[in-house]
Amino acid sequence: MAIKKFMYVNRKPPYGTVYALESLEVVLIGAAFDQDVSLAFIGDGVYELTKGQNTDAIGQKNFSPTYSALGDYDVTKIYVEKESLEERGLTLDDLQHLVWEDEDDDWAERDSIRLVSRAELADVMAEQEIILSF
Amino acid sequence: MTLLHTVNKSPFESNTFDTCLGYALDGSTVLLIEDGVYAATTGTSAAEKIQNIMQGASGVSFAVLGPDLQARGLEGKLADGIKVVDYEGFVNLVAEHDSVQSWL
Repeated sequence: MAIKKFMYVNRKPPYGTVYALESLEVVLIGAAFDQDVSLAFIGDGVYELTKGQNTDAIGQKNFSPTYSALGDYDVTKIYVEKESLEERGLTLDDLQHLVWEDEDDDWAERDSIRLVSRAELADVMAEQEIILSF
Repeated sequence: MTLLHTVNKSPFESNTFDTCLGYALDGSTVLLIEDGVYAATTGTSAAEKIQNIMQGASGVSFAVLGPDLQARGLEGKLADGIKVVDYEGFVNLVAEHDSVQSWL
């Protein structure tokens, strides 16, 4: 099977709607097909990655720990739009530290999150063959 | 007559929050719930609007539902002057006001 470039675009905050969780499920299912996968977090989508989420009191599943498993599924390109973070008063420190292990370099840990400008992300998006929007 | 206004949409995603502010009169409370809680976090233009309204002695109070803030990992980002309530506090707010406008 030919490898295609997939991008999942995430623009919704978690919990208020089911988009964020559904996107994550599709990414994990898609990861089984050995494709070239990127995730983009734009607008309110950046809220999906905040650390310290605790859903005990709202009776919903806290799915945020699952993002840290993406590296094990070879999903290692996670683009976060800089402008979106800034508009929301957030920095990278407010997000989970997501890493993957590089098997070509003695399993060295590498950062999965790439902080990019809107213009840079637009270029990455333009290179994709399949874009799925959530 | 005093109203309790609830807002459950992100201020970045819809104009519900801004519309609500235009309808919040003296003695009323704006309670941010679900994705509405993002308006209560520091460094956002929505929180700035809340600060301006509170400084303007408009008689409008602002509250946020704690469980929804915790779920989103943003407890540490709460802007000054916004009261945190739990579900019991939500019920109390409903009882203290004459009626409720649930903005959608």
